[in-house]
Amino acid sequence: MSEERNEEIEAAVEAAAGTEAAPPAAGTPALELDDVGKRFGSVVALRDISLHVDPGTVTCVLGDNGAGKSTLIKILSGVHKPTSGEFRVDGLAVEFSSPRDALARGIATVFQDLATVPLMSIWRNFFLGNEPVSGFRPLGLMAVKEAQRMTKSALLEMGIDLRDTNQAIGTLSGGERQAVAIARAVHFGAKVLILDEPTSALGVRQSGIVLKYILAAREQGVAVVFITHNPHHAFMVGDRFYLLNRGRMIASFVRGKVELEDLIQAMAGGAELESLAHEISSIRA
Amino acid sequence: MTNFETSTSNIAVDERVTRTPWYIRVMRRPELGALLGAIVIFIMFTVADTTGNFATLDGAAGWTDFAAPVGIVSVFVALLMIGGEFDLSSGVMVGTSGLFAGLLITELGMNVWLAILCTLVMAAVVGFVNGILVVRTNLPSFIVTLATFFVLKGVNLAATKAVTGTVRVSGIDQGDGYDSARAIFASTFKVAGADFQITVIWWIIITAIATVLLTRTVFGNWIFASGGDANAARNAGVPVNRTKIILFMLTSLSASLVGVMFLLRLHGMQAGQGVGQEFYYIIAAAVGGCLLTGGAGSAVGASIGALIMGFAAVGIPYALWDQDWVSTFLGVILFAAVLINLTISRRAQGGKK
Repeated sequence: MSEERNEEIEAAVEAAAGTEAAPPAAGTPALELDDVGKRFGSVVALRDISLHVDPGTVTCVLGDNGAGKSTLIKILSGVHKPTSGEFRVDGLAVEFSSPRDALARGIATVFQDLATVPLMSIWRNFFLGNEPVSGFRPLGLMAVKEAQRMTKSALLEMGIDLRDTNQAIGTLSGGERQAVAIARAVHFGAKVLILDEPTSALGVRQSGIVLKYILAAREQGVAVVFITHNPHHAFMVGDRFYLLNRGRMIASFVRGKVELEDLIQAMAGGAELESLAHEISSIRA
Repeated sequence: MTNFETSTSNIAVDERVTRTPWYIRVMRRPELGALLGAIVIFIMFTVADTTGNFATLDGAAGWTDFAAPVGIVSVFVALLMIGGEFDLSSGVMVGTSGLFAGLLITELGMNVWLAILCTLVMAAVVGFVNGILVVRTNLPSFIVTLATFFVLKGVNLAATKAVTGTVRVSGIDQGDGYDSARAIFASTFKVAGADFQITVIWWIIITAIATVLLTRTVFGNWIFASGGDANAARNAGVPVNRTKIILFMLTSLSASLVGVMFLLRLHGMQAGQGVGQEFYYIIAAAVGGCLLTGGAGSAVGASIGALIMGFAAVGIPYALWDQDWVSTFLGVILFAAVLINLTISRRAQGGKK
């Protein structure tokens, strides 16, 4: 990643976010985990995880590979049930048995590669699972023109300007596809938006596009959970940061009270990174 | 803010399609390849025709007679393929249904209409079993329906022999309601002196219904999504399994309808009827632009694919070519059409994928 590009995006995202970090909204958190743990047989995937996610903020969950990020997402999105602890949505304890339950409570998850159907047109993807109908549902006729118009305007609201919503979504770039998936979740009233590594497969520019839409969703009052292993990306948009390592919560930070270096340090396990940096510099020298 | 807007606006310009010309939109149609192929083949057989009948209404009655029963099933085989699954038992199902209805009429003395109703219910059950086996076991539908194919093929022969002592069910014209059923499913109608089969009307109506179902209804959206990416579809809340099971049932029902049509038209049914037809259906669907991996295709395309087969079946003897070459001809058409479809769709998608 070129340093210059990175700074450019950082400056841009900073500008879009407003110079001041919005303080976490007062009141009930949209999502709350209280001492949640998950084991698969004898393997402890997560232990004593407590976090809360407020509406209108971006909560970043950071961790290296194997830190337990995927397990955490799966609990939040209703794929797995926690084996211990309490999971609260809008202050009420919940037990989801499928992602549909989570969706019904306004928790939408955008999975990295599994968000859209590449061969289908943009508007078909946009309305997938939420098709506008007249009459009996599965056989109801879709108002195609209306759907295309709504897709276009909903995407415009998020700042995505696509001329032809009839083109296959596979023809869009990876960043744009993620952006459409985010816009879709926001449009259909997601109160909590969980993003599973939305930038990990993308280049610098593309990542910038996605980060911009994360902030657009936040502006609309959505509680965004941004899962990533990239502290640079997290630092640019996050209001609160949780760091996972080996299934445990090792640190949490609030925007404005943490530097990027701290995040990187905490993520890589401080001392480890220092010795690595030393090793690398000795090779370079 | 301003800073950021300028930095993204040039990204947006070089990455999106600035305009979509009409010919690109036409090229995106999945049935384009089949349509062009049909026109070329029609001209070819018109030129090669030695009887002077190919390009007349009588000729049309001939090739639609062949194409209609193939087309009726192909349309649903196409929907199933778009939904990401295969049905190799669709051909034998034609025979099973004809024999089942025939035995109900001749052995139990059942009213023809009631027998048809029972047969459709039986076909729906077979389709449901195919579907549930595919979604529950996660085995490829190729294997599951190949098994169904062979099971039914054996049942057709064994059950027919056991009940009638021959390999044929006959005498259904004695059943109550035979004449009225035949009028609906197996009669002919005249267009300017040419005798067209009523199956042609069924074929056109079914193609139209399937096209609306696929392109305009919510269920159609689910078909595309289930075949395009089942996981993404599930994540978006699409009931993928239910969609696939319904598609298997529709395919089986369409084969059953054709079985009933043959039974009424031929006054009986051979135990081997329909076997081998499944490949015609799949060829028609593939020629018509259905992606074998699912997620793209059209019902109209499959019907055009069936029409091309009708051209070949009638055009080859009219051209006084050896009839034995029909299959070879269809094989070449299949390969050429799929290759053309692939090239066109790649172009239309701007070289991606």
